[in-house]
Formats: sequence, structure tokens, C-alpha cells
Amino acid sequence: MVIGSGPIVIGQAAEFDYAGTQACQALREEGVSVVLVNSNPATIMTDVETADAVYIEPLTVSFVEQVIAKERPDGLLPSLGGQTGLNMAYRLAEAGILDKYNVELLGTPLESIKKAEDRDLFKETMKRLNQPVPESAIVVSMEEAKAFRDQIGYPLIIRPAYTLGGTGGGIAYNDKQLEQFVRSGLDRSLIHQILLERYLNGWKEVEYEVMRDGNDTCITICNMENFDPMGVHTGDSIVVAPSQTLSDKEYQMLRSASLEIIRGLGIEGGCNVQLALDPKSPQYYVIEVNPRVSRSSALASKATGYPIARVSAKIAIGFHLDEIPNAVTQKTLACFEPALDYCVVKIPRWPFDKFTTSDRRVTTQMKATGEVMSIDRSFESALMKALRSLEIGVYGLRSKGVGLLTEMEIEEKLRVPTDERIFIIAEAFRRGMMIEEVHDLTKVDCWFLQKIWHLIEMEQQLRNKPLDEFTPDLMRKAKKLGFNDHHLGELIGVKEPEIRARRKAMGIAPVYKMVDTCAGEFEAQTPYYYSCYETESE
Amino acid sequence: MKALLILSDGTFFEGTNIGVAGTTTGEVVFNTSMTGYQEILTDPSYAGQIVALTYPLIGNYGINDDDNESINPQVAGFIVKEMCENPSNYRSDAAGDDYLKQYNIVGIQGIDVRALVKNLRDHGVMLGMVTTEHTVEEGLAILHNLPDYDSGAYARQVTTPRPYQWQQGEALKVQENKADNAPLHHTATAPPDQWEMPLEAGGRVVVLDYGTKFNILRSLRDRGLEVIVLPCTATPEEILQWQPDGILLSNGPGDPKALDEEVKNIQSLQQQNPNLPMFGICLGHQILGRAMGGETFKLKFGHRGANHPVKDLTTGKVHITTQNHGYAVQADSLPDDVEVTHLNLNDNTVEGLRHREKPVFSVQYHPEASPGPKDNAYLFDRFADLVKKKTEYP
Ligand SMILES: Nc1ncnc2c1ncn2[C@@H]1O[C@H](COP(=O)(O)OP(=O)(O)OP(=O)(O)O)[C@@H](O)[C@H]1O
Repeated sequence: MVIGSGPIVIGQAAEFDYAGTQACQALREEGVSVVLVNSNPATIMTDVETADAVYIEPLTVSFVEQVIAKERPDGLLPSLGGQTGLNMAYRLAEAGILDKYNVELLGTPLESIKKAEDRDLFKETMKRLNQPVPESAIVVSMEEAKAFRDQIGYPLIIRPAYTLGGTGGGIAYNDKQLEQFVRSGLDRSLIHQILLERYLNGWKEVEYEVMRDGNDTCITICNMENFDPMGVHTGDSIVVAPSQTLSDKEYQMLRSASLEIIRGLGIEGGCNVQLALDPKSPQYYVIEVNPRVSRSSALASKATGYPIARVSAKIAIGFHLDEIPNAVTQKTLACFEPALDYCVVKIPRWPFDKFTTSDRRVTTQMKATGEVMSIDRSFESALMKALRSLEIGVYGLRSKGVGLLTEMEIEEKLRVPTDERIFIIAEAFRRGMMIEEVHDLTKVDCWFLQKIWHLIEMEQQLRNKPLDEFTPDLMRKAKKLGFNDHHLGELIGVKEPEIRARRKAMGIAPVYKMVDTCAGEFEAQTPYYYSCYETESE
Repeated sequence: MKALLILSDGTFFEGTNIGVAGTTTGEVVFNTSMTGYQEILTDPSYAGQIVALTYPLIGNYGINDDDNESINPQVAGFIVKEMCENPSNYRSDAAGDDYLKQYNIVGIQGIDVRALVKNLRDHGVMLGMVTTEHTVEEGLAILHNLPDYDSGAYARQVTTPRPYQWQQGEALKVQENKADNAPLHHTATAPPDQWEMPLEAGGRVVVLDYGTKFNILRSLRDRGLEVIVLPCTATPEEILQWQPDGILLSNGPGDPKALDEEVKNIQSLQQQNPNLPMFGICLGHQILGRAMGGETFKLKFGHRGANHPVKDLTTGKVHITTQNHGYAVQADSLPDDVEVTHLNLNDNTVEGLRHREKPVFSVQYHPEASPGPKDNAYLFDRFADLVKKKTEYP
């Protein structure tokens, strides 16, 4: 039995539907018959072909119990339906229903999941594993808050416990702000409690997707680096895969930590580890662990071609990583670490066009409702592809209205991130701001800023260029950087078809390369390609 | 400036020059590791090879003083998709391109590296040239007159000219001394009369330097062992004068078949002192394999990357390993007293051996990582325990 994730809510994309569908197929391949329960019929996983029996019922203990009583499943796989699926499994276990009907819980033991999800247990576990977590304290009064401040210093992040809508918290850099946020936080918290934590200002946020099987073999599927430093929820960050600014020493330090954690927690299947890395020292902190498939694992799957949910499902029914074939190469095994030979960029899609009056600032609480992902040979071109895919009417780094902002407004918007920050950064460069200045305001790593600066430099070079001065060399350069024909037309003031005709006359056309999990080392059988301006098409 | 990559099969790629202008030749190989370009550039196992990196964005975090695996870049040439001009990392001292220029390495960027990789994968590694000077025809004529890569005894070129004692944090000193051709601690191959182990050291390891990476030396020293590095041509008598408690056969470049003398030395060492612990890594593993009676063969395009799954047949566990080798030990050529302990899960080639009675074992992959996963450091623990005589064997 597989439990789905129920309705899609803000803060989720359709990742659980993707994972659940993949897992059902993987289980049926092994001759396991699958009973699926989900309350949301608007999903792929509830299509009749996905499972042997599909129940569209409310995800409550009593309904699910009836399904169990009728279908008598041998096992329950709860880790594919996000938090909803896990919570359901907890309640079924606690109500004694799993025991009553002799249903075995598959995959990661509930104990391990608790260790990752319960704040206190998690901290305790990390301590035992010698993994650093940011210093924090739960406080109920101003005095306690100040005592913690005396210990740690500024900046501090204040998060009220149990609020409606997550309001009342903030980041304090001084006493005045601390007093304000602690007061409002305590007021808004339904249980008059707030969490204070060291605020990792400007630290890099990095994620690892790791896997473990019952034989204790652990592998890394993919690591990802946030364009937006700590303080912007990963789900609201622009993300690249693999990490771009980490040396091998840093990459391996965080990889080893992630594997230590998945081992220490005893997870069987996929797991996501979020870490913060000091940009100026080898110090790091573990931020969060998701002991199940998640939004990030869906992204990592798409980014690498490695089917995380599928392999997790096989591990849950007892297979070891070296017994599962690599579905992409069909020659090698699922037990390896994907090697990427391209750059992946993810950009969140926010619903601010539908909720026009809402606060567009992006903070530690996720507001995005979806995301786009692109693949190309360079960061610049992957970024440009992703921007176009957002379907918000932009073809590059210019969005409506940014040209009208004053310098002051630009600086403010660089400092306080919103959904538009990427366009604001581009505009700052158009107006001659230096990379260092933008870095000081945004804390975005200079590597990323350099790339955006590079795109703007190209944009300036292209603007108002007469069509007949458009040499093949310049055209090739622009295409390699990800300027599409429509955008080029906008910049030089001609229609898209004209540009396209000229480009084709020059013999410049995209080729298609394969996403094969192994950087070309082995032949692969997969229908998964990306376009790029290179020489050889596959 | 324009540059060409010409392969001996007539394939060529046009790109732009990185590093210095000029011409270089070597065996063209590819590595799929996504990080660790500096470690790769300075790995002596790449002597005589032009290395292509499959990850397209290289140089992002610059070059620093600490990540060197030997005294300077060792590759014959370098191929990337895109070399970063403005690196960003707090440890970065230099950009990749400047570093290549400083050490006179000829490189090329902007080519379709994936197309190159597919060519090498399908047809095997071959000789090639990166040039800013020659036409394709000229290049091919030169390539066709070059000796086989396999015939070169590269290990003897990259080995240390004289013994030295490794001290942590002294990579730079070793560099300077090697570069000046000046003696480090003494000139003779034998230890000076009053040579004593550092007080805290739990044993002395002689590293036979076929092209060792610094991280092997660091890993041994970290485990409380005194580390003496000897030229790979050292005779058994010279080695034994140091009264080693263990021998490490290092990684290195080239075909083990070109190193008959070294293989004989190991055989004679084993005969004279059968209970001396020995640990072979990469080329060291192949030499040990040959010394114990096995044969080696050339792989079509080698294993170079940081993601190779290896199964430890003694525990059933799988480890992700760093690999860099173009040759392998033939499993069915081994005598009965040698056991295959590790297999590569991608192609089932031999990744580890051990002698059934003697304290002798070896792995084809790189437990010292750098670059790559640190999952296999336990092998150094195992060796250190043997050297300190803590464990019985097997
Ligand atoms: N100590 C900190 N300093 C700065 N930023 C932080 C800190 N802790 C968390 N963040 C930011 O807040 C974001 C959300 O944090 P976290 O994942 O712990 O919250 P959550 O509510 O559990 O989120 P999720 O929706 O993933 O379950 C992180 O992605 C990070 O950017």
C-alpha cells in the first residue's frame, strides 16, 4: 500500500505525485501488487494504470483502515507521500491498526523519521554524530532571549512557535530589533514560545541528496547550491546543480557529513540534507534533514537522470543498491554517483501574479508553488532558458518595470530579497553597479554575479546593433549564452522571424545532448535530451 | 588565440587556447569528476597524458597552495569546456588559466568535450595533440611518428630523485627542494648513521614513489607513521637499509609492463622479508600484482573519475571510489595464493588483491581520494595497524 500526499498546498510543487507514480511503477515491475490511497484525484498517481487498485478517499485513520481491512496489504510504504503520508503512517501505527492487520512498515523505520523531524531529537542525534547545528534556544520571555543573545551575539533569527501564517518573527541585528521581534513573536505564538537561533548571514546554502540501502551502502545522487544565500528558503531560492563554488575539499567535507547523517539516522531510501557553509572558512552547520523523498529529490532526479523515488521503492522492499540496474544506461547499476556534464538551474515559480496584494519578500518560509528547471552547457544559458520557462512574459533578464526604479529602490530591493531579485541584480549591472557592491548588498556569491554581469555585458553589446552587423561569430556567442531569437529581436529592434532566418542562413542551430547520469562514459538508452549550441548532436 | 585538438585517428576539434601557446602531445584521456581539477592537474599519474574534464565549468574556485598533489602540474595538456576567468572562493590565490601559464601547460577550451568523450569511449584512448602552431595534417604527421604511450617508463621520470622524509605541511618545502635539485635531508640513498624515527611515530613506512600523490603521504603521517619516500628505482638492499616496518607502493603513471626492474625488486624484497607489510595503490597495486605472478592489460578508455562503485568481496559492501587508471590486473592470471578482494561494479575488473598468507594487499582505486569521496580511508587504518603490528594477517 502506498499513501499519496493529498491536496497540493503552497510550499509544494507536484513532487509527491511524481515520486509516488515512479514508485508504484517500480514496485509493480517486481511483481508486487500496489494499492494506492490518495484524497486528491487530480494527480497522475491516481490514474487507473498506475496501481492495481486505486482508492480516492479522505486520508483519515478510519477511511484508510477500511481500505486496509478490505485489501489486506502485506506492507505499507509511507515515505513517498511527503509529510501527509508519513503522518498517516504514524497515526495508523499508533492506533494499532498496522499491528491489527499485520501490515509491515516498509523503508525507513518510524523511529529514524522521528529523529530527523522532531527538533529536539534531531539536535540530540546530530550531537551524537558530532555534526554541528546552529546554536538555538526556545524562550518564553524577553529575559531568556537576552540571555541567549549574550551567549551567541547578533544576528539572531526569531521564529514564533505555532502561529497562524508564520508571522511575528524576524532577523535581529541589534537590541532594538531583538526587543521588537521577541515581543511580537511571543504575542503571536499560540503557546507563547519563540525559537531563537544564530542567523547564518550570507552563508552558502547547499543540499545533498543521498541514498542508503539495508546493507549500509551509501551514495550521493547530487548536490545543489543555492544562488540565494541562507535566509531564503531553498524552495524559494534559485538553485544550481551541481554546486559551482565549492572546492573538492568543501564538496567532500559536506558529502561525508551527509553520509554520516543518513547512516546515523538509519534511513533506508532517499534522504535530503541541507547544510550551511561559511563562505570564508571550512565551518559548516547542518540545517535540516528530510528523511524521505522531497521537492529537492524530485529536482535532483530530473537534474541527474537518477530515479530516486524508483530506487527508494526498490530499497524499501529489500533490494540493495548493487542489485538494482541503472535504468538509464541499462548496463551499469544504480549503485554509483551520477556525474553531470552540464549545468542545471532551477527557478521557483511564485503565485504573486494570482495573489497580487501579497508580500513578495522571500524569507525562511516557502511561498513558491512550483518551479522550472533547465539544463545547458553553461550557467548563463541554463539561467536564460529557465527564465523563459517561467511563463511570466520575460525572455531574458529584463522584467517589466525594473527600468523605472530609482537607485534607492534598486539598493533596497537588492538588500531585501523578493521574487524579482534576479531581475534587480541585472538592472543594477545595467546601471553600472560593480559586482562587489551588489555582493555586499545581496551576499550572493560573486561567481553567480559575475555570470549575470557577463550576460548584461552581452546584452549591451547586442542592443540596437544593426542586423547586418550581426556576424556569425557574435550570433554564435549570443546563442551560447542563451539569448533566444525573440529576445535578440527585442534587443536589436526587429521581429523574431527575421533573426531566426538570419541565424539559420548562418548555419547556426541547436544540437541535442543526452542526460545519461555518467557524463558520456557509458552508452545510455534514454529519451532525455537538452538543447545547446555545440557541434555534435545525439 | 585559436587552438586545435588533433587525435591520431584524424578527428580534430577547434577551440581557443588556455595556458601557454605552443604544442603538446600525449595520450588523450577523460575524467568525469565534477570537482578537484587542481588535484587532477597535479596528480603525477597523468604524466604523458592530455586530460579532458567532462564537467564543463572548470576553475570556478581557483587554485590554492593547499590542494596540490605534487609539486606542480603533471598533465601533458589540459582540455576543458570553459575555464573560469574570475574564480570565487576564499582560498583561491590564482585563476586556472594563470596557473597553467605559470607552469607552461598548453591547453584548449571551448570544444565539444562530450563529443570527444564519446569518441574515446567508442574507439579507446589514443595519442593526441593540442596545438596553436600546427595544421591538422602537420599534427597527424607528428602524432604518427610518436612512440606508443605504453612504452614510456613515466614513473621513473616523475619519481623523487632522492629520499626524503615527509612532514605534514611541508608540501611546499618538498616542492622547492625538488625543484632546486637540492638535497632535502641528506644526499645518500641510505639513511644517515644517527637516523631516528620521530618519537611519537608508531612505525616507519617506506613509500616507493612511482609518482605518489601527497595525500597518500599525508594519510600515512596522520596515522602516526614515519614516512620515508624513496625513488622507485631503489634496490631491495637500499630499501631495507631504512629498516622499514611497512612498504607502500604508490600510484603513478604508465603501463606496469614498462617497469620490469621495479617488479623484480618487489619480488626480491618479498623473498628476503616475507612478513613485511605491503600496501599497493593504483600502479603500486599493478606492480604488486605482477610481482605476485599476475598479468596486466590495458583498458579501452580507463577509469577516471570520483564515482566508481567497488564491491568489497570480503564484506559484501560497496564503496564509491576515486579512480585513475588505464590498466588493470587480469583476474585469471593470478596464482592460487593471491585472492581478488574487490571488483568494479561497472565492468567487473579487479580492484583489489591480497595475499592469502602474507600481510600484503592492494587496491586499484585511490583511498587517499583528493579529489573524490573519503569513504575508503579505512584502508590506511588497516595498513597502519599492520605496520604497528597490531593485527595478525590475514
Ligand atoms: N540559522 C539560520 N540562519 C539563516 N537562515 C536560516 C537559518 N535556519 C534556516 N534558515 C533558512 O530558512 C530556510 C528554511 O529553514 P528550515 O528548512 O529549517 O525550515 P522548515 O520550516 O523546516 O522548512 P521546510 O519547509 O523545508 O520543512 C532555509 O532554507 C534557510 O535558508
